[in-house]
Amino acid sequence: MLILQILIDGFVISALYGLGAVGFTLMFGVCGVLNLAHGGIMVIAALIGWWVAATYPVGPYGGALAGIIAGMAASYVTYFAVIRPIQRSRVIPKAEEEIFILTGTLLWGIMIQVGLDYVFSNNPVTMRALIPGVVSLAGVRTPLNELLIAVVCWVVIGAVSLLVNRTRIGKQLLAASINPRGLTLLGFEMSRIYLIVWTIYGLLAGIAGVLLATFLGAASTNAGALTASAFTVVILGGLGSVPGSLIAAYVVGYAETITAYLVAPTLRPIPALLILVVVLYLRPQGLLGRR
Amino acid sequence: MGRSLPVLLLIVALLAGGSAPLWLGAYFLGVLTTAFYFGVFAMSWDLLFGFAGEVNFGPTFLIGLGAYGAGLLNTAGLPIPLCLIGGATASVLGGLALAVPALRLRGPYFGLITLVAVLLLIDLIVIFAGVTGGEIGMMVPDVLSISARVNYWYAFGFMVISGAILFGLSRSALGLILQATGQDRIEAQALGFNVTKHKLAAFSVSALFSGLAGGMLTFYEGTASVDTVVDLSIAVQIIIAVVLGGRRTILGGALGAIALLLADELLRPLGQLNTFVVSGVALLGILFLPDGVLGLVLHPRRVRE
Repeated sequence: MLILQILIDGFVISALYGLGAVGFTLMFGVCGVLNLAHGGIMVIAALIGWWVAATYPVGPYGGALAGIIAGMAASYVTYFAVIRPIQRSRVIPKAEEEIFILTGTLLWGIMIQVGLDYVFSNNPVTMRALIPGVVSLAGVRTPLNELLIAVVCWVVIGAVSLLVNRTRIGKQLLAASINPRGLTLLGFEMSRIYLIVWTIYGLLAGIAGVLLATFLGAASTNAGALTASAFTVVILGGLGSVPGSLIAAYVVGYAETITAYLVAPTLRPIPALLILVVVLYLRPQGLLGRR
Repeated sequence: MGRSLPVLLLIVALLAGGSAPLWLGAYFLGVLTTAFYFGVFAMSWDLLFGFAGEVNFGPTFLIGLGAYGAGLLNTAGLPIPLCLIGGATASVLGGLALAVPALRLRGPYFGLITLVAVLLLIDLIVIFAGVTGGEIGMMVPDVLSISARVNYWYAFGFMVISGAILFGLSRSALGLILQATGQDRIEAQALGFNVTKHKLAAFSVSALFSGLAGGMLTFYEGTASVDTVVDLSIAVQIIIAVVLGGRRTILGGALGAIALLLADELLRPLGQLNTFVVSGVALLGILFLPDGVLGLVLHPRRVRE
């Protein structure tokens, strides 16, 4: 019974981690940007979604939609106010751009966290379930909402992988991740491609944030931990590898759930960190990463 | 700009800093005392980041080891100097452990390892709450001094000596080789420099001063806690201080740290928005003044190639 509970809970958490990490890894693969404000953007989506649903008579779906739009807006602001100025700056040496992007997004993430703290306070909020009700899965009482989360995550991940592998836009994204200069020479505008990636990224982070708010709840103070877990998943799977991220999401999700149920809830984050350290020492490029 | 002007400014700053207890109130002495320890954190971090090119997101891992190492030894009954040595030793060992992945991993991967080191240290402190005091923090039996002036002079002297040593190192052959390694590792190796040896040296020195400063801060405050020496927000402050003050200048880090802590104090009336404003200013700083204040003064305007 406990095993089944762990299997179900772990599956849902892992699906959420996977969704959060796919956008993050796509962003690194195509744009070379590691966004340390990632958790902040997820929390913006969660809190705005909760606030709209609680203030206006739009129902949980209206709130969810508002949250997703807020996540996309936050993604655009991050790109235009932080990333693009760094990439276009003439005083930042090209070789140090990565460090500046890490520092810049770190600061931006803190601003988001403190700003949300100021506006919404740091009390955790939980959005109403998108579907109410509970089903019994082989004796384990599971809220329907949890199943919905897992389904939505996998549908969205599937849609993204179709988009990347099967469409014209996706081919451009892949090409940009392999050889941006070649793509520019073929007459494609890189800034348009970046904009597409930030749109997809905002959409994914927004959906992940809203789903998180209906499941575990969210608070401004979660921003750092959410970034850290996305970072862990992505590095563990190998930077830029989407399948690697998904495998890593399940490794991390199950490691955390098993620890929480069988050892102690307070030790929850530790096994994932230890796995990460071991993997980085033995296989620095991550599970499926390219060197 | 003449060669003598910076030297003159430095002398004025040293005189003003050294004599401050004679004309400054106890409150600001306290703020400056903490700021000076932060200055040492920032300078040690700059040696790794600015010179060796290693993005260490976990300076607080080294600081925390030094602080908690010294505090635990003190609780066991050792006198303060021995505790500081013990804490610094723990920190250097931690620094060497960090250096091992740094020799294999580059950029974001190494940054992540250092981040993970901090998170693990926080978890360990919380798990072993019986010894470390957990989230509440650990009281140490001894303090450096109960006089604000004496504490100030300890901190000021410590910062000046550390600054002189770190600055000297950065201008020595070691600093140049580190800088070469940070910019082009393969070429530095091709020129016959033992990159591994120099990196290990940089990590040890950075860890030594971080650990000592962490230990001193613990004995100044009489307590060590996750919030004051290990938390990631402390690491962020150190990074902001160095970037605003000027990377690759060592002294810029100390200036940045002092300015940052004073600004924090002056902006206190803003309440919660305090951090928002400081981070915002720092963000604008890295966007428009990426060389920092001291960098701008020392080597004006290079345009990127």
